[in-house]
Amino acid sequence: MKLLSIMRRDKWAAVCFTFLSAVIAAGIFAPWFAPHPPEEVHMELRFAGASWTYWLGNDHLGRCVLSRLIYGIRPSVLWVLAALSASVAIGAFAGFAAGYFRGKTDVLLMRLCDVMLSFPGYVMTLAVIGIMGPGLEHILIAFVLMKWAWFARIIRTSVLQYSNSDYVRFSKMLGLPGVSIMIRHLLPVTLPDILVVSSSSFGSMILQISGFSFLGLGIQAPNAEWGMMLNEARSVMFSKPELMLAPGIAIVLVVSAVNFLSDSFQRMLDPRLMSSRPIRLKQGFSISTRLKEREVA
Amino acid sequence: MFSIDKVSMSYRSGVFFSGKRHSVLSDISFQWTPGECLGIIGESGSGKSTLGKLLLGIQKPDSGTILWNGKAVTDHKNRRGSISAVFQDYTSSINPFYTVEKALLEPLLHIGASGKPPYPVLDSLLEQVGLDSSCRGKYPHELSGGEAQRVCIARALSTKPQCILFDEAISSLDGSVQMQILELLKELSSTEKMGFIFITHDIGAAAYLCSRLIIMQDGTIREIVHTDQLKSVETSYAKKLLNSVIL
Ligand SMILES: Nc1ncnc2c1ncn2[C@@H]1O[C@H](COP(=O)(O)OP(=O)(O)OP(=O)(O)O)[C@@H](O)[C@H]1O
Ligand SMILES: [Mg+2]
Repeated sequence: MKLLSIMRRDKWAAVCFTFLSAVIAAGIFAPWFAPHPPEEVHMELRFAGASWTYWLGNDHLGRCVLSRLIYGIRPSVLWVLAALSASVAIGAFAGFAAGYFRGKTDVLLMRLCDVMLSFPGYVMTLAVIGIMGPGLEHILIAFVLMKWAWFARIIRTSVLQYSNSDYVRFSKMLGLPGVSIMIRHLLPVTLPDILVVSSSSFGSMILQISGFSFLGLGIQAPNAEWGMMLNEARSVMFSKPELMLAPGIAIVLVVSAVNFLSDSFQRMLDPRLMSSRPIRLKQGFSISTRLKEREVA
Repeated sequence: MFSIDKVSMSYRSGVFFSGKRHSVLSDISFQWTPGECLGIIGESGSGKSTLGKLLLGIQKPDSGTILWNGKAVTDHKNRRGSISAVFQDYTSSINPFYTVEKALLEPLLHIGASGKPPYPVLDSLLEQVGLDSSCRGKYPHELSGGEAQRVCIARALSTKPQCILFDEAISSLDGSVQMQILELLKELSSTEKMGFIFITHDIGAAAYLCSRLIIMQDGTIREIVHTDQLKSVETSYAKKLLNSVIL
């Protein structure tokens, strides 16, 4: 319900939301959307340009670029989203526990986070791959293991800031159980912070997955993945630059859409940032635009 | 009826697990009878807010007992709806994502009101604290400090408690608004037969509203004095405190 009213108010958010839903749907139902099997090799069609049968042309093995792009949504977007949600969920759980209960819980959890964060992320990922062998799922496991600590720290800071406030004290006085105070009073106010950190790390996770695929540690050829498509196109970067365009633009579009969407959610969920709306309704356009400018500045 | 008996409280200080504690309250004992307006005064850091948290049952004392109508105050079932509070910082006293209406409903829902929101009740509450019912749909950031504090008072009144604890509830407001709120409280105490515990460092306000004052210093009660006998305080600290106001 709330989502719908947000979409009605913010056209840009609606565009981003529709785009992302379409991408996710295309990824889930890739076999129906993709015009050709992604691994079908046609050596006679190497580097062929766009045509009616192959909309985005063919790559160095004559495979359909569009189909590979659509199949690539699964590792590049869906699995990254899943890993991101898992680590945000774990991080939020730890962050809320540490920030709300404080005391011993806080100290123990934060020292654990310090330990996790003291390893450089790439080295840890490599170690996990070294132990478990290459493969997308192992990289994702390593991501979840490494990133939750980072999320936990940020979410804890945000929770801490509000858990001392007087309205939380009032609810404690009423005798509300801790869980419902966290859900009703702390989750909504910390949600903007959570959205910002998770959307900004979404982009970096996509790029890191691509990096590992390039090293041959991530997804294995001939499976399609956007980062790997970029790397395959890299060898012909100067003679066939258009091959880099498709996966490159796809990554840029998805990452920007996620960031825009999280921005507008943040704006729309927080009543303090919505304050320009009622004035716009009452007193015309000029005041609301002026208010918006102040918000931006 | 509050009975506070030999309550002590200390916080851990320094590095965690070091076990060092510094005492914030020691050996506090007093009684509060229904309908009374009791002031607790003392300078900053004397442990007034800590005492307030103990009285509200948010924290447990290290030793001693606090009984509300003969039962432990730390069990929220014993104090449900009968104790309420207004805090100092009006900017954070209401959830920034809640409208006034939602904030007022929170205590009502908690004591078991269900079904349709009781709008007439909310309007009469707002009217009681001198606010227009059009405030109901506003968010806290759209209210002035005085208005926000009045909403907090309305929220405290909503469950018709026997006792409301005010922790520096008017200190951050300006003079004329302070006076208006003091008038309001005085009126409420006579019409609604409510009792107050009024924590402040402003002796003037406390003397205006309260019938009995507890003077605190460094976590101990220095003196308990009736307001009409303020001139005859005995301890030197209380004398110093009073002189500093009168001069
Ligand atoms: N959560 C806490 N952890 C550790 N020490 C605390 C905590 N809360 C309060 N204290 C300490 O307890 C002492 C008393 O604090 P308290 O807030 O009760 O003072 P106060 O009388 O309300 O002061 P003010 O008039 O400034 O509000 C202070 O020395 C403070 O440092
Ligand atoms: Mg205080």
